Amino acid sequence: MPLGAYLTLAALVFAIGLFGVLTRRNAVGILLGIELMLNAVNINLVAFARFRADLAGLIFTLFTIAITVAEVAVGLAIVIAIFRVRRTVEADHLDLLRG
Amino acid sequence: MTGETVVFAAVAVVLLAASLGVVLTPNLFHAVLCLALALVATAVVFLLLDAPFLFGVQLLLYAGGVVTIVVFAIMLTERLVGASIRQTSRYLINGALLSAAVLVGVIGFLVQLPASGPRPVWSGEITALLGRALVGPYVMPFELLAVLLVIALLGALYLARSDT
Repeated sequence: MPLGAYLTLAALVFAIGLFGVLTRRNAVGILLGIELMLNAVNINLVAFARFRADLAGLIFTLFTIAITVAEVAVGLAIVIAIFRVRRTVEADHLDLLRG
Repeated sequence: MTGETVVFAAVAVVLLAASLGVVLTPNLFHAVLCLALALVATAVVFLLLDAPFLFGVQLLLYAGGVVTIVVFAIMLTERLVGASIRQTSRYLINGALLSAAVLVGVIGFLVQLPASGPRPVWSGEITALLGRALVGPYVMPFELLAVLLVIALLGALYLARSDT
């Protein structure tokens, strides 16, 4: 398959993930959408690394995977902490900082 | 139609269907299961791109670790609330328009892409090259990543601790 096929697939997954982030009400659902977007970026990085024979793309993918795992752990901890205080994870109800 | 084309088409269909499932299913638990499927499909894409080590990392860390954490979080929050999380969506039209606009923008760049030639060959075993690069030129970011993981672990523990 040519490079363009992989990039198109990644762009589609990225758009779907963005749709999820924009439309989900639940904070955990928003995190799932972010996961999809990061995943699409990883496909792009690996595809470019393969077609340019450049190791940096693979190293970057390893780093983004590790950082994403850390981000999910902290994000879900925040969700649970918010849940304890507000008894909700609906993003629309979390408007404490609204002016 | 070569074998790679067939496998790519199958994986692409599975990946896109699972991604749509993640953002569209009303039940959050089903969405996480769809995410697991999408992550496994991405791992197969890595395999198609001759990156077997990333295939393993993706399966272990993402499909194994992340999905487990999210399922745990959903179970915890369900126990706290006492009712299963149904979830509705909002701004469906606006969200679809915005993501379609982003997609069109990206595709606009992709069609200008010069046709890619055949894949260049790696100058050696790819996993061995990756390992040597991680402890060679990239050793500093690698160690910083270890520090980041410790910080994230401590931060997550601190944020999610109970008050008692």
